[in-house]
Amino acid sequence: MSSTVLATILFLSFVAATLGITVWASRQTKTAADYYAGGRSFTGVQNGLAIGGDYMSAASFLGIAGIIALYGYDGFLYSIGFLVAWLVALLLVAELMRNSGKFTMADVLAFRMSPRPVRTAAGVSTIVVSIFYLLAQMVGAGALVGLLLGITSDAGKMWTIVAVGALMIIYVVFGGMKGTTWVQIVKAVLLMSGAALVTILVLGKFGFNLSALLSQAATTSGPSANSGSFLSPGLRYGTEAQGLAGKIDLISLGLALVLGTAGLPHILIRFYTVPTAKAARKSVMWGIGLIGTFYLLTLVLGFGAAAVVGADAIRAEDPAGNTAAPLLAQRIGEEIFGSVGGTILLALIGAVAFATILAVVAGLTLASSSSFAHDLYAHVFKRGQVSERQEVVVARLSALVIGAAAIGLGILAQGQNVAFLVALAFAVAASGNLPAILYSLFWKRFNTAGAVSAIYGGLVSALLLVIFSPVVSGSKTALFKDADFAWFPLSNPGIISIPLGFFCGWLGTVLSKEYNAAKYAEIEVRSLTGVGAEQATKH
Amino acid sequence: MTTQEHDASVYEEVQRSSEFQDLKRRFRRWTFPMTAAFLVWYLLYVVMSGWARDFMAIKLLGEINVGLIFGLLQFVTTFGIAWAYSRHMEKVLDPISDKLRHEVEEKAK
Repeated sequence: MSSTVLATILFLSFVAATLGITVWASRQTKTAADYYAGGRSFTGVQNGLAIGGDYMSAASFLGIAGIIALYGYDGFLYSIGFLVAWLVALLLVAELMRNSGKFTMADVLAFRMSPRPVRTAAGVSTIVVSIFYLLAQMVGAGALVGLLLGITSDAGKMWTIVAVGALMIIYVVFGGMKGTTWVQIVKAVLLMSGAALVTILVLGKFGFNLSALLSQAATTSGPSANSGSFLSPGLRYGTEAQGLAGKIDLISLGLALVLGTAGLPHILIRFYTVPTAKAARKSVMWGIGLIGTFYLLTLVLGFGAAAVVGADAIRAEDPAGNTAAPLLAQRIGEEIFGSVGGTILLALIGAVAFATILAVVAGLTLASSSSFAHDLYAHVFKRGQVSERQEVVVARLSALVIGAAAIGLGILAQGQNVAFLVALAFAVAASGNLPAILYSLFWKRFNTAGAVSAIYGGLVSALLLVIFSPVVSGSKTALFKDADFAWFPLSNPGIISIPLGFFCGWLGTVLSKEYNAAKYAEIEVRSLTGVGAEQATKH
Repeated sequence: MTTQEHDASVYEEVQRSSEFQDLKRRFRRWTFPMTAAFLVWYLLYVVMSGWARDFMAIKLLGEINVGLIFGLLQFVTTFGIAWAYSRHMEKVLDPISDKLRHEVEEKAK
């Protein structure tokens, strides 16, 4: 039996199990709180696993391992930003948001503001961030299946995107937050086990001596002139050849990574799925433990692939290095258990990678459709004059529409270099959403004009800077290789757009006289004490 | 929906109370400086990855160099700060916020 057959069988069992969960969850989903927030009845540990499931995307599993395998140390820079970011979410956002919000990010922002303009801005930003992230994952799914299942035809990739999209729509439309959360939990357990298994096998091969592993990685995959540079920063981000702009770009990327997480809508809505702020705290603690451990595993996987498979062999399969982890699994399995072992491990990691993509896209679709239904439809279009039942129907329909749009865009963008969209989603989240959230929770004077200016200011500046950056035009790896309208030298807009978002929020606030003291008292007291917080539903 | 709606004046009254002001001060006095500290610590790491590459490449233990240790220390501090935050909340803030919440909920009855 070949590994593609085995991978397909493993993957189909994951699909069957998650569809079973979805059917069960759909029977449990009756109210809006069930659909949007899983009835707020998940435990801290369950939601912690789901946080890990939502956050550990294929980009971080395959992508970071790939960057480490090809460029050594620099992949580590990425994972550290992704991890430290969780402290912002834990210390400043998670509990206060759980106490003062209901279903979406906009609930907290619109709390003491004029609701329609703020919900419009927050809804637009939520949908833009989620769609960018979603699109990157969909295109990645198409490319990945080609590599893992040996489907190389465009039609084959297209059908993969359609299948992934269809499953994601089913999870979200029928399972709502309850079904989606369980998909994340199952995926997190599979991903951690798969990554841990391969990590232990790799470390075992080197006698659990990290230094020996690194040494082998540097000699096998480092640049021939200076193999030692493989183990220190500078081969991928801010290389000496790129000069000062490259290094500033590195800082810009670092800022977006560390400040973006606490503004990602699909992460923020996770805090609503638990009954109390204390459970939200516990879930982030579990999330941090899980995500941190996972990034330590990818460090070993990346250097392990560099040492065992070698950068040249990895590049030959995929120039971006996304198959480093699967190739490592195959090689290490072969070495230890013979060819059957290699087949099984490759199939296992391939199936885990699919499960990862599927779970992440489902989380993103849920976040964007929830915001469309709850913020834009119910509060902006219908001015709150809509029944809970109708709102959930609209949420399900918009999940269908957004899912279909993601499939279409994913097919159109097939073969394009859209990896920058993930970094862009983080940059927009850090530039627009984070200032609005932090000001809302901590700044007494903050008002409608400030919230709207922060979100649009951060969103628009991040988008414009990227449009005029080398990732869109004027470079060999650009989206439009043949055009050149780039004037902004950095690929990452964060270093400009994040301060600008905070500045716009401040400026908009001081230019407007509006201020609601009573509502500020309410959000301040509610966020810190949990008075009047939304309760878990009981079935 | 089981959300309790409270009279707005209740919130302003609580907000003015010295107990709430104490809660707010203790929360901010811990989280704000800590946030500044871990952000500076993280940025120091990123800046050194860009501008102090020779230093980051110094080998300490076999092939394990300063850059790798510095990166691993970011993991250690992240886990440590998360743990310390949780302890601080449980020991200092939860008792105050629980008490205030019960008081408000009693009044509302």
